[in-house]
Amino acid sequence: MTHTASRPGLTRRQLLARSIAAGASFMVGAGFVAARDGAWAMQTAHLEPRSMATLIQMARDIYPHDQLADEFYAIAVRGYDSPEAAPAMEAGIAALDAAAEGHGHASYLDTHWERDRVDILRGMERSAFFQTVRAGLVTGLYNQPDVWPVFGYEGESFSKGGYLARGFDDIAWL
Amino acid sequence: MATKFDLDDDGVVVIIGTGAGGGTLANELAQRGVKVVALEAGGRHLPTDYVNDEWDAFVQLSWLDARTTSGSWRVARDFAGLPAWIVKAVGGSTVHWAGASLRFQPHEWKARTTYGHVAGANLLDWPIDADEMDPWYAAAEDKMGVTLTNGIPGLPGNNNYKVFEAGAKALGYSQVSTGRMAINSQPRDGRPACIQLGFCFQGCKSYAKWSTAYTEIPAGEATGNLEVRENAQALVIEHDANGKVNGVVYADADGVHHKQMARVVCVAGNSIETPRILLNSNSALFPDGLANGSGQVGRNYMRHMTGSVYGIFDRPVKMWRGTTMAGIINDEAHHDPSRGFVGGYELETLSLGLPFMAAFLDPGGWGREFTSALDGYENMAGMWIVGEDMPQETNRISLNFDVKDQFGLPAPNVHFDDHPNDVAMRNHAYRQGMAIYQAVGATRVFPTPPYPSTHNLGTARMSEHARDGVVNRWGQAHEVSNLFVSDGSQFTTGAAENPTLTIVALAIRQADHIAREMNAGTL
Ligand SMILES: Cc1cc2nc3c(=O)[nH]c(=O)nc-3n(C[C@H](O)[C@H](O)[C@H](O)COP(=O)(O)OP(=O)(O)OC[C@H]3O[C@@H](n4cnc5c(N)ncnc54)[C@H](O)[C@@H]3O)c2cc1C
Ligand code: SF4
Repeated sequence: MTHTASRPGLTRRQLLARSIAAGASFMVGAGFVAARDGAWAMQTAHLEPRSMATLIQMARDIYPHDQLADEFYAIAVRGYDSPEAAPAMEAGIAALDAAAEGHGHASYLDTHWERDRVDILRGMERSAFFQTVRAGLVTGLYNQPDVWPVFGYEGESFSKGGYLARGFDDIAWL
Repeated sequence: MATKFDLDDDGVVVIIGTGAGGGTLANELAQRGVKVVALEAGGRHLPTDYVNDEWDAFVQLSWLDARTTSGSWRVARDFAGLPAWIVKAVGGSTVHWAGASLRFQPHEWKARTTYGHVAGANLLDWPIDADEMDPWYAAAEDKMGVTLTNGIPGLPGNNNYKVFEAGAKALGYSQVSTGRMAINSQPRDGRPACIQLGFCFQGCKSYAKWSTAYTEIPAGEATGNLEVRENAQALVIEHDANGKVNGVVYADADGVHHKQMARVVCVAGNSIETPRILLNSNSALFPDGLANGSGQVGRNYMRHMTGSVYGIFDRPVKMWRGTTMAGIINDEAHHDPSRGFVGGYELETLSLGLPFMAAFLDPGGWGREFTSALDGYENMAGMWIVGEDMPQETNRISLNFDVKDQFGLPAPNVHFDDHPNDVAMRNHAYRQGMAIYQAVGATRVFPTPPYPSTHNLGTARMSEHARDGVVNRWGQAHEVSNLFVSDGSQFTTGAAENPTLTIVALAIRQADHIAREMNAGTL
């Protein structure tokens, strides 16, 4: 995961030039998936880049927070790009795309409305694939310390002397 | 130089577990001159190692050995392998506990007499009562430095408390306060006052909260009479030809088995491991498990009627700042069957950090209904419900022979079904909890299902008669005179209150009894 799109030997412009759109939000090329605007890029070694893009979209659809950038969702699912996890993920994503086709869409990524994607996900809610991805996100997404400030959560306070002198009782609106 | 006792020293009292029950008992016996070996399955972690991060602390300290679940409780579906949240470390669950320290109400010692026959419930009166327990409660409150007792001022209320208090008053409740807490509101006993860290469930890094890990255990060790053997997991208790126990077989950190000989054995592994050890210690003399002639070992498992209520407001609360359990409402704790159930419940503030909130707000939930709730995290207030649940014979810990732990012993299966009384009480408490937040302007409220059990009780119950339970009024096994149960497993019924103060009071009383009997040569 890199914050500004870069791959060894490639500028951001070159990288995007070597990629094609995957759904509304992502670009994919050989061995990588990137944000449409090139804000971040992630290499994949075991998953098809388009599959990784699908997983990121699915992650957002399961736990949609409009104030969170795709990058946090990408971090939450990047662990599936491993030799052990990839085959089951590819199979799950194939099933997801097949379900999207059953709903009249070209693929999951090409299903443009969130409510349609959620319908597709509801249909596979009990599958091991869905449950693995959902359960993994509970920690994969919400346990990222960089996500916490977005929700206002301040985390540990021991290093700062606790909240005793830092607003533990500062509520003013009651 | 720390005291060490020989494996073949058969004059020692062996205690299994160093939590609220075992850790207190170990110190109290050591103070009375009794030689003690305390076997603790977990390692030794002190406040300097505690991590103020919910999942890291969970992994560092929790009991994660194989366990299974069954029954209709939602935990069996949401957390199939994690029926209970228990600590595996020196200090046991007093490392994670929130500190709420309430006495039983007098009638709760006599649940069968007070509530009468309740269909499907295995109610029984305790063989002891409030008068008998009064001095032991006083000793426990003094030991633990419980606020609002012994002239100790209450803790200051945090934001979460202020919302809770305002709602309670708006609803007409009168018994709301920052509660009786085993957390220092001022320096006491060599420990400082609470600095409102907000990570009470992860181990108190400031030592303000009482935990046997850094109070009872070192105090006992300082006498030279106590050896705490950590990373020592008790497997079975053995007995002689006369049916008296004579030692405990345990596995050390390398998995090597040893037998520590003993004059007396006290089991305090919390209410899942305690009955499991007894059941795993079956023999020709005790075919159904040690001390299980009544068949009650493992039965009557109680977990308190629990649940949580969260409310979202249009302005920030920041509930995570400061003590996790920052206030208590006692108004619903009494017994009033006109509410549609017997027994009562307490309401206590609770806050979870964002990572745990995501895991526990609505386990398995997803989509915008779920995420919009978390979007309101900063504006959220929270409370926990804890009430008396009905003991049922079929709610039980049994051995699951299909699943083995790392030592090859059958894992415990935890079976639980709510009793209709539990359901009626929970629904009442949900309504009241939601009304409290709505009374101060909540825009959305959540009746959140129970988490994995933090209060585990009753699986080796105390009874007057041997046929009804496992141990007598001293926690002594009806069938084996030198075997004691020293933790929450002894509970005949659960009462509405958080159990630890009572576990500690019973342990002090038991230590007094054991020391006296040993001196008299009758034990
Ligand atoms: C998050 C949380 C919050 C809580 N808040 C409160 C509260 O506010 N008020 C309250 O009253 N209670 C609270 N509790 C409950 C309280 O912690 C327990 O009731 C209490 O600690 C139980 O005491 P115990 O002696 O039965 O078991 P524990 O304290 O759990 O101790 C059992 C010990 O035995 C050890 N052990 C188990 N099996 C073996 C074996 N085979 N060999 C060797 N050692 C073994 C364990 O490792 C552990 O150290 C809370 C619990 C949790 C988890
Ligand atoms: S809030 Fe108080 S008791 Fe809780 S961890 Fe912090 S200092 Fe300890």
